[in-house]
Amino acid sequence: MLSTATVSPAAIGDALRSTGYLPSEGLSTVVFLATAMNRPLLLEGEPGTGKTSLAEAWATVTDAELIRLQCYEGIEASQALYDWDFARQILHIRAVEATAGDDLDAAALEESLFHERFLLERPILKALRSSNAVLLIDEIDRADDEFEAFLLEVLSTFAVTIPEYGEVRAVTPPMVVLTSNRTRELHDALKRRCLYHWIDHPQLAREVEIIRTRLPDVSAQLAAQVASAVQRMRISDDILKPPGVAESLDWARALQRLGYEQLDVASAAETLGAVLKYREDAERVRRALAAILAR
Amino acid sequence: MTLAGSPEADKVLVGFASLLRAAGMAITPDRTSAFVEAVSLAGFDDRAATYWSGRATLCSSLDDNELYDRAFTAWFAASPERTGTATPATAARQPQASLSTEPNSNQSAADAILAARASTTEVLRHRDLARLTEQERTELALLFDSLDVVPPLRRALRRRPHHRGSVDLRRTLRAQLRSAGELAPLRRRRPGLRGRRIVLLIDISGSMQPYADSLLRLAHRIVRAVPHHVEVFTIGTRLTRITPALRARQAEEALAAAGRLVPDWSGGTRLGEVIGAFLNRWGRRGVARGAIVVIASDGWERGDARLLGEQVRQLQLLAYAVVWMNPHRGKPGYAPIQAGIQACLPHLDRMVGGHSLAAFAELLEVLTDV
Repeated sequence: MLSTATVSPAAIGDALRSTGYLPSEGLSTVVFLATAMNRPLLLEGEPGTGKTSLAEAWATVTDAELIRLQCYEGIEASQALYDWDFARQILHIRAVEATAGDDLDAAALEESLFHERFLLERPILKALRSSNAVLLIDEIDRADDEFEAFLLEVLSTFAVTIPEYGEVRAVTPPMVVLTSNRTRELHDALKRRCLYHWIDHPQLAREVEIIRTRLPDVSAQLAAQVASAVQRMRISDDILKPPGVAESLDWARALQRLGYEQLDVASAAETLGAVLKYREDAERVRRALAAILAR
Repeated sequence: MTLAGSPEADKVLVGFASLLRAAGMAITPDRTSAFVEAVSLAGFDDRAATYWSGRATLCSSLDDNELYDRAFTAWFAASPERTGTATPATAARQPQASLSTEPNSNQSAADAILAARASTTEVLRHRDLARLTEQERTELALLFDSLDVVPPLRRALRRRPHHRGSVDLRRTLRAQLRSAGELAPLRRRRPGLRGRRIVLLIDISGSMQPYADSLLRLAHRIVRAVPHHVEVFTIGTRLTRITPALRARQAEEALAAAGRLVPDWSGGTRLGEVIGAFLNRWGRRGVARGAIVVIASDGWERGDARLLGEQVRQLQLLAYAVVWMNPHRGKPGYAPIQAGIQACLPHLDRMVGGHSLAAFAELLEVLTDV
């Protein structure tokens, strides 16, 4: 457990490292600032660079509950913030009617309808009411731009106003992590409330370290070979979808499961499907495998 | 000792923020104060921490990062004391030093950035905005306003109330609640319709110069009509996103803003490469997915025509439809013989003219019914 009063970026880096997530220096600083300044963290970057895993790792570090809101097109406030349980409200009316008979107190009934027990918690409300939570708003760029407006109040004041019920304010504000794949530009009003960080693909040494940490069964040699092959694929211009760290991990895992100790042309060709997800990419790389694997 | 919070440190930091603003980044006062706060938390005497604090609070997209890096080096290293690779200890003193050379330090740092921007090897030309008389301007505006933009639609995920379709449990219950629990008629819903995204790729190379202005006006008209479902890029030797500029109300204002954004007016064309860049940077991530993509170009390709063909094929796999708008097509005697067009033809859904207002109207019709 970390207490936010005493930590430094380096301590945050070490804490994340202990969970198996290896952050860059920049990322540790930004996470430190997000906790110290109590600001949401907006992460952008290529797919597979560890945006979502950061939230998971941070939840482990702080021993917090990870509450995830996966965004999609058409998502509404009732799916993200809160909703009223209509079915139970109707049951409640029926029950009160049946038992009360003639002396039905309409005002009291109405009052009781918007009670907390009929309030359905959706991820954001749940995070606000939790005493220790990491709220992950994943792939915010998939939601419609109107949806961002719902988040503004939550992200700046950590409160939600429910018209029939009142304001719900977080006692301990959750750590909020937003991720975006940049399929569209987010609104500036949202960006202004967040700290922004672009996650790059890791350097060779760190990628080897990531593979070794995540997959302790993989030999050092295989990890180094996989990482350097993936790094070469990334700098090549004609790859449609450059593989991310997630793909390197998959590849190393695949090779290890098949019992390979070495990455050579034969074993690479056999397992290429774990790294490259486009037919064109796979063909291009297969032709140049010898060059990519050359040390 | 940390300097953060001291007036000198604040001055250095705020000066840096205003340098970024002068260099064209959208730095609002709240961003500046967040920056100062972040640095005071992370430690002013740690150069790396200052760097990352600024990047997190002042930048808001990947495009900002590059400019930020250059400005950071210029501002925090503009000290005469600077020797080789600075250790954090000497780095801590640099901001003070840059302050001591004031008031020119701000100026010289800004100059350094300008110089860095101007020294790119590519020959970049800025667009010469034609001077129109007041009357011509109104006429032109009226002409473009007369174009009818009917946004193309697609089926949405979200369901809307309708008199047919599946039972909408929530609305049905709500209606019952309204009548205090008495049975009410069943409410129904079915998928609604949403605007389909339109992506315009406008060729602004030398050979397209006579048409670039009116194509941008057309783009402005479309952006104004359906602001949330359009993305506009110019293509030439580079890819530039000009959608934000085109949101301005007046066409003249929008065109001028676009003119400031685009660095490669009337230059060469590397259609294949630039469309490839579009696919990598925007298209595959989602902008082109399910969209109607319009390429407005004459197809004069200086690069490899086969590359262009391949990129357009990729584009068609992602997009709902790819429409090529060729200004020469409407002219008598035109045949699609340019290597670029030849390579793309098999991958196009439609090919339309683009030389007159009538042709623009035709394009808008095509957009609605492809």
